[in-house]
Formats: sequence, C-alpha cells, structure tokens
Amino acid sequence: MASFNPVATRWLLAGEWRAGPARLAIAVLAIAVGVALGFAVHLVNTAALDSFGRAIASVSGRADLAVRGRTPAGFDELLYPRIARLPGVAGASPVVELAASWGQLARPGSKARGGRLALIGVDPLRAMGVTPGLVGIASAGQSGVGSRPGWRADAVFLSPALARAAGVAPGDGFTITAAGQQSRLHVAGLLRGAGDDAQLAVIDIAEAQARFGQLGRLQRLDLRLAEGADVAAAQRAIAAALPADALLSAPEAEASRADALSRAYRVNLGMLALVALLTGGFLVWSAQALSVARRRPQFALLAVLGLPRQGLVVQLLVEALLLGVLGAALGLALGHVLATLVVDHFGGDLGGGYFSATHARLAFPPLVALFFGGLGLLTALAGSIVPALAAARQAPALALKGLGEVPDPARPPRAWPGLALLGAGVLAALGPPIAGLPLLGYAAMALLLAGGVALMPALARGLIRPLLGVRAVPVDLALRRLWGSPQAASLALSGIVASTALMVAMAVMVASFRQSVDDWLVAVLPADLYLHLEAAEAGGLQPADQARLAAVPGIAAIRFQRVQPVRLDPARPALALMAQEGAAAVPVLSRAAGAPPAGAAPVIVSEAMAWLYGWKVGDVRELVIGGQPRRLFVAGVWRDYARQWGAVIMPMADYRRFTGDASATEAAIELAAGADAAAVQSALMAALPAAVHGQAQFGRPSDMRRVALQIFDRSFAVTYALEAIAILIGLAGVATSFSAQVLARLKEFGMLRHVGLARGQVLAMLAAEGAGLGLVGALTGVALGLAMALVLVKVVNPQSFHWTMDLALPWPLLGALVAALVLCAGGTALIAGRRALGRGAVLAVRADW
Amino acid sequence: MLADVPAAGAARAAAADPAQSPAAPVLAVAGLARAVPLPAGGARSLFSGVDLAVRAGEVVAITGESGVGKSTLLNIIAGLDEADTGSVTIAGQQITRLPEAQRAALRCAHVGFVFQAFHVLPHLDLARNVALPLLLGGAREADALARAGAMLAAVGLGDRAGDWPAHLSGGELQRVAIARALVGRPALLLADEPTGNLDPETAGRILSLLLAQARDNGAAVLIVTHSERVAAAADRALSLTAAGLAPSHHG
Repeated sequence: MASFNPVATRWLLAGEWRAGPARLAIAVLAIAVGVALGFAVHLVNTAALDSFGRAIASVSGRADLAVRGRTPAGFDELLYPRIARLPGVAGASPVVELAASWGQLARPGSKARGGRLALIGVDPLRAMGVTPGLVGIASAGQSGVGSRPGWRADAVFLSPALARAAGVAPGDGFTITAAGQQSRLHVAGLLRGAGDDAQLAVIDIAEAQARFGQLGRLQRLDLRLAEGADVAAAQRAIAAALPADALLSAPEAEASRADALSRAYRVNLGMLALVALLTGGFLVWSAQALSVARRRPQFALLAVLGLPRQGLVVQLLVEALLLGVLGAALGLALGHVLATLVVDHFGGDLGGGYFSATHARLAFPPLVALFFGGLGLLTALAGSIVPALAAARQAPALALKGLGEVPDPARPPRAWPGLALLGAGVLAALGPPIAGLPLLGYAAMALLLAGGVALMPALARGLIRPLLGVRAVPVDLALRRLWGSPQAASLALSGIVASTALMVAMAVMVASFRQSVDDWLVAVLPADLYLHLEAAEAGGLQPADQARLAAVPGIAAIRFQRVQPVRLDPARPALALMAQEGAAAVPVLSRAAGAPPAGAAPVIVSEAMAWLYGWKVGDVRELVIGGQPRRLFVAGVWRDYARQWGAVIMPMADYRRFTGDASATEAAIELAAGADAAAVQSALMAALPAAVHGQAQFGRPSDMRRVALQIFDRSFAVTYALEAIAILIGLAGVATSFSAQVLARLKEFGMLRHVGLARGQVLAMLAAEGAGLGLVGALTGVALGLAMALVLVKVVNPQSFHWTMDLALPWPLLGALVAALVLCAGGTALIAGRRALGRGAVLAVRADW
Repeated sequence: MLADVPAAGAARAAAADPAQSPAAPVLAVAGLARAVPLPAGGARSLFSGVDLAVRAGEVVAITGESGVGKSTLLNIIAGLDEADTGSVTIAGQQITRLPEAQRAALRCAHVGFVFQAFHVLPHLDLARNVALPLLLGGAREADALARAGAMLAAVGLGDRAGDWPAHLSGGELQRVAIARALVGRPALLLADEPTGNLDPETAGRILSLLLAQARDNGAAVLIVTHSERVAAAADRALSLTAAGLAPSHHG
C-alpha cells in the first residue's frame, strides 16, 4: 500500500477545509504576508537600484577606468597628458564634472520648478573614443558638440529625462547654474544613450571651464585601456602617477558606491520581511499543532484503517505544502501590488531618501519570485513538520480511547531548550558585522524569538503560579487549567507572542531613533535662520558675498560654513568635509583629553567616520585637502544622523589655510532682538548674487525639524504598516486558536455544567482563561520585543548605519498594546465560548468527536 | 433483539485447537503475554499464555473484568500494540514480526474494525467514510465510492450516502462503522464493545447486523465485550484472566 494516496488526501483536506476554513485562511495569510513583504521590498529595491545604477552609468559614460578628483575642486589639467602617455592607456578623455542646477529649486510645499543635474564638459573628439555615450548628436537644424562643422559655443546636449523635466526641446534656451556661475546655453540635441532617469547636460569642455570658473582644472579623466593590456599593471602605473588630490576608480567601484549608498537600508527592510515570515512560520506552527491535536482520534483511525506512520506525515506535509503554495501565490501577487503602490507613493527607496532623483520601474523577475515563493513553502513545511511528527508518534489505540493526550500537571515543562536558544541569541548579538551587515544581529533576533516561544510553557507556569487559589471558582478553574497545561497555552500564543515581540521591537527602535533624531536636530540647529546653497560644491558664496550678507540689518551674528565632499575610498560614497566658523554646534559624544600636536589641525569626526575609517579620538590622521595630505587631530566624535558615510568638522581658518578657498555654502544666522525673520530672509535673498538665487534655500529650525521628522516618519511608514499587519495576523491567530480549543473542550464544559456550574460561570471561566492567556502572551511578547529592540538599537543600527542612539521606551504604546491583547484574547474566548455553549455543551459529554 | 441473531451454524462446533482443524484459522494467537510497568518500578503481568484460533465465519467473544487487558489484547492482535512474548498470525502472516508499515498494510488488506465510539470522520460524507479503507488500499475513487454505496445499502443506509455524520443517530453511526469495517471484505473483523454506546434495542439490531454482514462476507469475528447478550450471541465465548483465555459460562 502506498504511503501517499492523492484521492484520500484530497478527501481529508476538503474535510479539514469544511471543518475550519478560518484556521486554514489564517495560516495561508500568515505565509502570504511574509512572502509579500519580502518580495515587495526586493522588487522596489531592485527597481530603484537598477535605475540609480543606470543614472550613474550615464554620467560616468562607461569608461574602462576613471581618474577622479578627491573633491569637487578636481585636479590640475596637466595630469591629462601625463596619464594619456602611460603604457596600456589607449585613450583618455578629460572631463569637467560639476554639480549644477536649473530653474528655481523647489522647497517642500513650494511650486517652484527646478532641479539638480550633472553638468559634464567633454572634448567630443577625445570622448568619442572613450565614452561615446557622452557625445551628443545634434538634432536636425542644430549644431554642437558632436558636429564640429557647425560649431556653436553655447551648445548643450540634455539627457531625455532632463529635457522632459525642464520642458525644453532642441532649439530652446536653457540656463544652468554651477560653481556659483550662471550661464545661458542653447539646447542643440539630446543624449540618446543616457539612462532613462539620468539628469545630465553635456557641453564642450573648454566652454565648461570658461563659463563655470574651472580654467586649468578637471574633475575626471575617463580612460580606455589598450586591447590585451595588463589591467593590473596599467592601474598600478596610473595610480603611481596620480597627485594627492586625485584617485583611480574602476567601474566596479562606481557600482559598489551606488550599492553601498542604500545597502544597509535595503538589507534591513529585507531582514524585517524575513522576520515577518518567521512570525508567519510560528502562526502556521500554532495553527497546525492545534489542528493536529484536535484531529488526534482521526489520525488514529487512519492508522487503524491501514495508513502507515510515514503516510500520516506525508498527508500532513501535503496539507502544509498546499497552505504554502496558496500563501506563496497570494503573497507574490500581493507583493507585486504592494511594490507598485509603494513605488508610486514613496519612490524607489520606500521613502528612505536615497534615490530621490530616480524613477523606479518594476519588473516581475521569475527567479526571485521562485525564491520568495520557495521561502513561503519552506516556512509552511517547517511550521508543520513538528506537529506532523508528533501526530505520527502517537499511539493510535490510546488516541481512539481519548487517552494519551491528558496533560500531566505534575511534570514541569522543560525550560532548557528555550534558555539555550536565548543564550545563543545573546552570543550572536555580541558578534561583529559580516560583510558590513548586521547578519549576526538578525540571527540574534530570530534566536531570541525562538527561545522566547520555546520558553513559553515554563514562563506561563511561572507567571500563573502566584495567582492560584483565587476564591472565584470560574477564575480559579481557568488559572488551574493554564497552570496545568502550559503547553496548550504556549501553542495558542506562539503566533501572537512572535508578532507582539516584532511589533514592540520595531516600535521601541523607531521611538528611540525618532527621539534621538529630534534631540539631535535641536542640538545642530541652534541658530534662528539657516541659508543653504544647493549644488554649490564647486562654488558658493565668495568673501564679498559673505560680507554683504553679514551687513544685512537685523542680524546679530552670522556664521558661515563650507561643506565639501571628499572621496577617501573609491568604493564608498564621499564623506563631507565641513569647515565651520566658531565653535562646532554639534552634539559631541566624546572629546580628546589633550591639545592637538603641533602641525595638526583639530577636527571633530562623526560616528560613521570613526566606524568606517577607524578614526578614534586622539588619533592623528591624514586627509587630502587642497591637493595636499594634511595632518588632522581627532579632537572629538559627534553624532550625525544626516551623513551616513562620514563627516569631518574642521575650523574654517584651517580650511582656508589649506585650500585658499574662502567661499561658503551655508550660513547660520542669529537674529538681533526684535528682528523679523521674514524681513531678514528677504533682505538676505536680495543681498545674494543673482546667479545663486535659484540655489538658495532658507530654513527656520522649527520648519526644518518638522520637515525632517516628516521625512523620518514617511521613511518608517512601511515598517509601521508591517507592524500593524503582523499584529493583526497574530490576533486573528489567537482568535482561531481559541475557537479551536474551545470547540475541542466541549465535553469538559458539559461536564462542568453537569457538576453544577452555571452557563455564565463557564463563560466567566473562559473569559478569565482568555484574558490570562492574553496577559501571559502580551508580557512575554513585550519582554521579548524589548530584548529584540536592544539588539536593533545597540547592534543592528550601529552596524548598518554607523550611528548610535539612545533607548527611548514608548510606554503608552506598550501599555495600550498589552491592554488590547488582554481584552482581545478574553473577548475572543468569550465569543468562542458563547458559540460553543450555544450548541449544547451538556449533550457533548456523550458525543463523539 | 438477540432473538434476531442468526444461528452460528457449523462454525459453533469449531475446536479451540487450530492444529486439529481441517481449515487454517484466519487468526492464530499463540503464547501471548503482556505486562504493564508499575509507577514504583517493576511490572505487573496483565495476562500470559493466551492462545486462540478463529476461523472464517466464526464469531468469538472475549469477556473479562475491567482492567484485565481485553482491549490491549485486541490492539496487540491488530498490530497497534506490542506483546512481550508470543505471536499473532493473521491470514497466514505473523503480524507481530512485521515492521510498522507492513502491519498497516496487513490491517488495510485483512482487518476490519468496529469501535464503541463509532469514530466516523465528521467532515466526510457517509460514502467517503465507508470508502476510505478501499482508497487507502489502492482502489480507484469511482470503484471505492460504488462499493461504499453498495455496502451502505447492505446496512440499511443506501439512501443516505451523501449525508453528513452530524445528521445521524448513534445506531446509524454504528451502521456506518460496520459498513466501513466490512467494505474491504476483510478476513478478520475486530470489534471493541461495538454496542457499548447504544440502548439495548438498538444494540440488539446492530449486533444482528454486524454478525449477519460478517457471515455474509465470510469474515472471522473477534468481539471484546462486557455484554452477556453479545457473548451469548457468539459461537464461542472466552473469558480473559491473568492466566490466559478460558471458556466462559456463555460458551
């Protein structure tokens, strides 16, 4: 006889579906949500990363190698002939690359039109052989960079996306601001090879140098290597020829930088989705274990009728497989819909702010769908295997007599497996990041969750023990049952404990993060008004402009700041060098005890800098500033939530001494007593050079804090949604578990009615039992959640984003959650009890199953 | 009523010693012993030296005091429990020597069960409940359902094949259980207090039906019971004691 009979399996499954469609639906939904979240997060991130990568590839023109300036100031153009003559280099194309803007940059809420773009200056003849994608083809009737015969000095070629955004076509005029200069250009054609989302404009290199103050400077040198050249040797030769203010960058480094930018954020969301799937697994386990417990006599009958043990296991696993297939299919469909909604609503980075300029396109990759669908199947199978094996182990003869499943209160539940898992979780939390990611941190969370659930029976017993002996008979009966059969309690609650723990962990992490960000904003925004120049890395406010601004009436003090991106590692995004006048207005976490050694400029570095590059308080390090390596003394470490890739604050005087650059990109303004902020802002705007009006943004600390927290809340919108879904599924799981358990106990209720308990007392007993279970589940879930939150706050976040935060506990939310769970569990038990007793529990004493 | 029970006929004359019988017995039990562990350690002998042979068409009832091990004996015979010593042979195969999967296969092919508590699956209709053993034995769905329909008709429920167990009385449920036990034409029918949950009148009718159907199908029947009426209706009645089986006063 075969151990698997498809027709019998179909019959029994159909019967199970008729018996408890809600139970099966909850299990399917639990799987579906985990799969949907994982798949959606992956789809959105892939789409965003692809489009971001395409944009980067468009700007870099797909050269074999590139020499880049460490800062936007670039390097001397004389480097170009030296590199071009090196062995192995077949072609070199000099490039001016400037962060630029067009139109009036929009502030949140304003209707002004404008945007950022990359302005590229190339020599078309050189570029043709190295980066042909950067050479524009003039449209009919136009002439320009790509068509020497009809040369026009102000010709500009726009990427299709930029032309669309700016609403211009070949033949139109187009004004670009870069490096503090504004220039009116003539659109000669489009860059057909540019990526869909690239915001890119290409002009002649000589024009770029002349019009935007870059004479004698280059930001980039695109290189093509000779066919068959020894790449490593060529790279070594080029690197040896580079001055301090330039570095060599390979295409992989470009891709890796694009990836690094959002990797931690993406991995975090992906991991959260997996934790949600794990929660789904607990729900499936809980549902299947209850179902198996309820069907023990049925399985025993099947064994008597001739179904071997392995046949029973196969039967249950087929059932789980079907649940998994349904859940995975539903999850994949939901995930695609969710991803579409999220991309339309929040953009490609789920509101994280990493790919603001790009427009993501969604695909439906079959292999990825298979992967996430497979995870769903595995979860369903993993959740069912233990109950299936338990069902196969039971003695059929005893089960048919209704024996062999009676809980033995004299035997205390085992605590060591749970404690071992918790211990392993603590050990994992202490581990280092793997490949720059907090994988051990997430393993710790999963282990803590599993340990907590495994410890539930022992915990339930411990929590109930002090309450035994209550005088009210129904409550005493309820508590004694919970104390006597804690395994049943743990079974009903594992799903809700897992989802509560997940929600508490996320809520505590988000609350801690939000509170820390808010405190940080207050600390870094002490002035009354702030001025910021967008896309001004290569230019900014000159000393004369600064003097004009300082002389505006109503200003008590104005402190200028120069922010400049500096590249230390070609594979990582640039760090921010911030030269500030006066004392740094930042929250400093630790300071060096001594004074800086002679010849070293004091700097304060962000936590990310300390984490990524190992700069510690008291260290003396070198950084190329103004084309020369400079000795810097790390005088302190500050908390920075704005620049994940590192920031170095140095005194403005040192910066000017190193670079000779006296410009500024930002200003913090303190108003004189009684001065009107709006009037001062207007006066400051009037005092600014007309060329930078489009780039100037003013902000007041209160508005900036509000906007920052809005962005923060938006970026966590997805996690809030995830929490809500997890808790809803958990509650639905509790409802179905209670219903199943109450129905399975009809005979017990009938017996209680026979020995003299009134119907109301039985209901009171059930409500007390439900509330007790809810309390045990909520307290366990909150405790586990707090432990997981600690891992998120102290391990996962620092390892992912290189910043720390202070723990903040949202007590009202936690209290409300516990109360809601207790009420829901008690209410569900009551409703299930009313339904069950309505069917005649008294008769059930002699009924069949 | 017991008056309706068909006469035992020639089977009643079957000898207790299978070796002397012209036809090989369907069920042969030899030297079976079983002890139960005591909470304080050690073990208490439940029964020992149980020998038994039941031939095709013969009905044997086993009685005995509560706790003497009647159900345990039945479970050991069915391969659902283990004996300490001795052997059980069903249709020529020694079930006590078989691994679990082959025991299940042997049960499926040769043994039918009727329980005190009916054990009808509540979420399958009557036809499917009855057809289930056939399916597990490898029959095609249509054949299994057709044979189940015929068997339900034989136990008087021919027009209820699509009905649900929840709509049936206790006596009707036991008819379904009998149909399920016999639908595969088993060589051996094991019944554990088959009328224990029924009122005397219904019990009489069900017993008559059970024995009639078993004889029609040529099955050997072993019934464990407390009921003197059931014991009296059997071809032989044996009493189980710690020392083994002995003819009871009903025999």
